[in-house]
Amino acid sequence: MGELKLMKGNEALAEAAIRAGVDGYFGYPITPQSEVIEYLMAEKPYERTGMVVLQAESEVASINMLYGGGGTGKKVMTSSSSPGISLMQEGLSYLAGAEIPCVVANVVRGGPGLGDIQPAQSDYFQSVKGGGHGDYRLIVLAPSSVQEMSDFVPLAFDLAFKYRTPALIISDGLIGQMMEKVELFDQIPRLTDEEVIKRHPWATNGKPVGGERRILTSLDLDPHKLESHNWHLQAKYKTIEENEVRFEMLHCEDAEYIIVAYGSSARIAQKSIQLAREKGIKVGLLRPITLWPFPKKPIDELTKRGIKGFLSVEMSAGQMIEDVKLVVEGRTKVEHFGRYGGVIHSPEQVLEALEQKIIGG
Amino acid sequence: MSEITLQDIIKPENLVYKKTSLMTNKALSYCPGCGHGTTHRLIMEVIEELGKENETIGVAPVGCSVLAYEFMNVDMQEAAHGRAPALATAIKRLWPGKVVFTYQGDGDLAAIGTAETIHACNRGEKIVIVFINNGIYGMTGGQMAPTTLPGMKTATSPYGRDVATMGNPLKMTELVATLPGTYYVTRQSVQTPAAVRKAKKAIKKAFQNQLDDKPGVSFIEVVSNCNSGWKMEPVQSNTWMEENMFPFYQIGDLKVDGKLIDR
Ligand SMILES: Cc1ncc(C[n+]2csc(CCOP(=O)(O)OP(=O)(O)O)c2C)c(N)n1
Ligand code: SF4
Ligand SMILES: [Mg+2]
Repeated sequence: MGELKLMKGNEALAEAAIRAGVDGYFGYPITPQSEVIEYLMAEKPYERTGMVVLQAESEVASINMLYGGGGTGKKVMTSSSSPGISLMQEGLSYLAGAEIPCVVANVVRGGPGLGDIQPAQSDYFQSVKGGGHGDYRLIVLAPSSVQEMSDFVPLAFDLAFKYRTPALIISDGLIGQMMEKVELFDQIPRLTDEEVIKRHPWATNGKPVGGERRILTSLDLDPHKLESHNWHLQAKYKTIEENEVRFEMLHCEDAEYIIVAYGSSARIAQKSIQLAREKGIKVGLLRPITLWPFPKKPIDELTKRGIKGFLSVEMSAGQMIEDVKLVVEGRTKVEHFGRYGGVIHSPEQVLEALEQKIIGG
Repeated sequence: MSEITLQDIIKPENLVYKKTSLMTNKALSYCPGCGHGTTHRLIMEVIEELGKENETIGVAPVGCSVLAYEFMNVDMQEAAHGRAPALATAIKRLWPGKVVFTYQGDGDLAAIGTAETIHACNRGEKIVIVFINNGIYGMTGGQMAPTTLPGMKTATSPYGRDVATMGNPLKMTELVATLPGTYYVTRQSVQTPAAVRKAKKAIKKAFQNQLDDKPGVSFIEVVSNCNSGWKMEPVQSNTWMEENMFPFYQIGDLKVDGKLIDR
């Protein structure tokens, strides 16, 4: 059993960064996730593991620091909240294009614009549908507990390096700020410079003696070459879709209705399901853990099994519902429910929506 | 007297100049007469002379020199427009023993990348920044740059830069020299053999500072031409540069060993 602690989600994420053997964290403060960089500065990770922590001048700078640092084969990470993540979109597109691994955490707040500092899930489109320019994807992990804020850091790095692509951890102000018991994993040692050089021959950390120089770029002025590069990226994304879908199913065995919800909404929906079952309504929960790749197969199987309706519960005006509908293809009813702009729906409101929009509707 | 053949001349003792192996054999994409190619060569010669080809990581900008990585035979990263100093910051912080430099144009460094430039300089990153100031956006077809001289005609100031509405040219080099985080700040040019020799000395000093772990950025501006953007013959563009750019962008050291030079 690992060390048990009562921690905020943001602190768990920061502690996990140190323990995951991250080499560099580059960030810029923004509510509701400033605790991440504050915790890291206070912890002196330089003394614990040799990890570099730097407060950048902007999120534009931090994401480009990830490009530079990640491009040398080191484990690099940043975190921010919605407006800051918007500023990073150009950089994420470059990172995806140049195939540089890194981990970015978004503790989502209400939008659009400056919005507010309350929890929201309205950055789904931005996270899974591109965000920046060009045909690219991010691996998107959605923790629904403080425990997962910790566990998903090493997982995100494993995936980012396995596929040489940026990975995004998307939580929200609720998970970031709430305190829960968390079992911390043991320290994963940082790789030595020699190990980094050996493990990542693509990385630019000094041309090997007698070898070829390495170039990291997202530019190719020859459209045919750029198209081939895109084919390569698309093939990689297909492999990720085939191998890395993660989800959780709760009370789905006998369910007639399914709530699809991730992150905080999945936590709230668990209570709604309990309330529903007390009333004799057979409802289950499908919780996507990877928002991209999206768990299409379980939704398709549930549809084939004759589920009478899906309710996509999100703290947004209805974003993930589009992906649910793409799988269901009109075979059964799909509706959305959610409060947004920083308002959190109650379990009772979710149940009411299920009864009105799916069962009664 | 017997005929002298080419084979008689090609002998090690007759060698006066050799292309550095740190320039690739790829034909430069620059317009004939452009200062970019010369400056590339100087940087690569210096890295070769310092014996650091296997420990150097360069960062290319967006601009005409976006393809610098095609010509510089060391590990290279291609940054988004203006962000090279952010990349270099992280590379150097994570690999303090390596040699890290950025190569940037005036639009890249002094317009879209102003924040990254100022803050990398202000943090005193132990990197080399090479700044090619040709007073114009060469790559995109000759638009006005932050460094375009007053009255100068460009594609976006077709009647000349009107400082009342378009602002004054930005002396980024003077600006960063005032920051405690810069250790060596100099302005050079590469239009004559004498200027090339001086510029190379400055570039070598900058990289030597980094090898000696001196505190702060070594910043080299190279005032350069853009004959295509300026719509001039190469020789004419150099004369124009000497007559118009140099009075405004004075050649010489601004800061040496962390101390401002009285000029
Ligand atoms: C975000 C972004 N904005 C604009 C551009 C278009 N662009 C490419 S190069 C350039 C200007 C380059 O000028 P400079 O840095 O002076 O380099 P030069 O070509 O003169 O050497 C611009 C505006 C871009 N590539 N990316
Ligand atoms: S456009 Fe100007 S800066 Fe670009 S290569 Fe030609 S002369 Fe040089
Ligand atoms: Mg220019």
